[in-house]
Amino acid sequence: MREINEMLKKKVSELLENGTADRIIGWQAGEFCYDVTPAVMRKDNLDELFYNGFCGANQSKYLIQESLEEGKVLALLKPCDTYSFNQLVKEHRVNREKVYALGIPCSGMLDVDKIKALGITGILSIEDNGEEIKVATMYGDKTCKRTEVLQERCKVCKGKEHKAYDELLIPDEDAPEVPNGEDRFELVNKLEAMTSQERFDFWRGELSKCIRCNACRNVCPACSCRTCVFDNDNSGVAAKSNADDFEENMFHIIRAFHVAGRCTDCGECSRVCPQHIPLHLLNRKFIKDIDEFYGEFQAGEDDTAKGPLTAYTEGDCEPSIVMEKGGEA
Amino acid sequence: MFKIALDKIDELFAALSGNETLYLPIEKSGEIEFYPYEKDAKVRLDALHTVKSAKDLFFPQTENLMNMKLDGKNIQIEEGRHVEDPFVLFGVRACDARSFDVLDKVFLADPVDSYYAARREHGVIVSMACSRPEETCFCNVFGIDATMPEGDVVVWLDTDHLYWEAKTEKGEALTKTVESVLTDSDSKAVEAQIAATKEIMDKLPLKDLDLTRFTEDEMMNIFNDSRWAEMSEHCLGCGTCTFVCPTCQCYDIRDYDTGHGVVRYRCWDSCMYRDFTRMAHGNPRKSQLERFRQRFMHKLVYFPENNDGMFSCVGCGRCLSKCPIHTNIAKVIKTMGVKEHE
Ligand code: SF4
Ligand code: SF4
Ligand code: SF4
Ligand code: SF4
Repeated sequence: MREINEMLKKKVSELLENGTADRIIGWQAGEFCYDVTPAVMRKDNLDELFYNGFCGANQSKYLIQESLEEGKVLALLKPCDTYSFNQLVKEHRVNREKVYALGIPCSGMLDVDKIKALGITGILSIEDNGEEIKVATMYGDKTCKRTEVLQERCKVCKGKEHKAYDELLIPDEDAPEVPNGEDRFELVNKLEAMTSQERFDFWRGELSKCIRCNACRNVCPACSCRTCVFDNDNSGVAAKSNADDFEENMFHIIRAFHVAGRCTDCGECSRVCPQHIPLHLLNRKFIKDIDEFYGEFQAGEDDTAKGPLTAYTEGDCEPSIVMEKGGEA
Repeated sequence: MFKIALDKIDELFAALSGNETLYLPIEKSGEIEFYPYEKDAKVRLDALHTVKSAKDLFFPQTENLMNMKLDGKNIQIEEGRHVEDPFVLFGVRACDARSFDVLDKVFLADPVDSYYAARREHGVIVSMACSRPEETCFCNVFGIDATMPEGDVVVWLDTDHLYWEAKTEKGEALTKTVESVLTDSDSKAVEAQIAATKEIMDKLPLKDLDLTRFTEDEMMNIFNDSRWAEMSEHCLGCGTCTFVCPTCQCYDIRDYDTGHGVVRYRCWDSCMYRDFTRMAHGNPRKSQLERFRQRFMHKLVYFPENNDGMFSCVGCGRCLSKCPIHTNIAKVIKTMGVKEHE
């Protein structure tokens, strides 16, 4: 990782020096070893740039605003970020011309909340070298397995290939191995196998924790509406906590419907949720159903193909299938 | 001082919840919040912080104010409040315990918020001392003693006992109701723990945050500081920091159309939201920079200015660990605590 960090710094300063881009969205260190903040940097503060196992935040969404500004912005895209990037370009939300995309390798991002959930608290520093993560804490040195503390999305990594770039920092074949992808539908299958009451209880339990902070919506690259329906007073639904918590649970269902067919399963919603609600499971259910009804489709694989819900083919399933599926299962 | 062995603690909870509702940190669907105690609940006294703070019990995230029902041509109006039920709030950390002082300044000042006041009156607070602070804790910066929290009763926990000491009249009264499950104890174990914790507190990474610049004299300089731009640049404008914060106090009052009536309710609002304080002429803070600045100016400058120097942050560290992009009050204090161009 240190090697890649050095290469990256060199490459970025080269690209800013030769005028390929005039600024970069990078990552800045925080108070602790894990609380990295996305930040726009220019030549004069480029020394703050760094890249480590806590740079999980998908920066594609910032490009909507950045590509409206003067000049060209340098974007650092991990393989999974390129899917969101493609999708945003496809939806004409990001102006491709205004972005120089540098593909950077990734060997899996870490989730500090998972480290803390293991009872490792008072964290002073984290050494990320391979299979074992060493954590120095105020209460002594601890270790944990990398696989235990990977971000949810990294456990089902789509692979090391970048689907969009102007340049790659290192060729994809030479990039470090990504985590072994688990089956991303495993939990969806489990939920499908439940009775409808069990499933209802599961989701009520999860969604009732929601504090309506809207972090999931605000971070989501597929939620790119200028004014969200929940921010529109005339819609009758509010962006804040409601008098009726069932109504509130519907926020998530509506959001999942709205991003269906466009959600790349980037996992940002679940990453930012302060209540660790597994929002990705809602999205994955939609992805799985779409795959089954319309044929396999991965949103963001490229920046041109029409999505299954925005294109019509004769083989499309009949709407009545919803009725058949919706009954007691 | 009294004590009870931890393996008998359910007896204490049963006694406390005998006559009134007992709220304490309980894990449900993987997260810990103050929930009503029931047998077999997954009580988590080891957790430093619930996601939502203890303020939820006095100033709940949503509360129904009234229900309006249509009955032919008449509208029936019923009051929706349930604020007079006595309850015990157990396991409040020193940071959250101090947050009630901050909220009191707002809700008990004239005009008194009768909902909040009623809950304050009917709630007994059993606070719990900390012995294992996290790196994000900086309560000491605000003069809070994590080993001796405010509250009606204070409890300390070691590996096998809970120690109990009443601090107020309400606390004495509560102690009477549970005395039968407690035994007398000296304070040696507690004193030893306090000394040990103080040593840990002295090593916390944020213990030296410097608040001296946050004064009325510097108000406009801080307000006009150009560094707010870069600090707020990537703020998502979500409400996470405000909703997990024990001292954030803003609310909205809304009407919810149930289809056969209207529920008027109030809910937490967030200064980070773009409809916050919107009026007929529009919104006074149009950019995220202005909204972001408001949150921190309020906590560090305006609130102390209006309340004899009391900051409206208690250093609980929730916003440090929950902000999705890790921008937070500690960074603001460090940045704005030093004059620009110095
Ligand atoms: S991020 Fe989590 S708590 Fe916040 S609105 Fe989304 S689901 Fe609710
Ligand atoms: S500071 Fe962080 S938590 Fe607060 S609104 Fe901005 S992004 Fe959300
Ligand atoms: S501002 Fe942050 S640290 Fe301060 S009381 Fe609120 S949540 Fe806690
Ligand atoms: S901020 Fe202080 S009182 Fe609050 S949990 Fe941490 S150590 Fe305890």
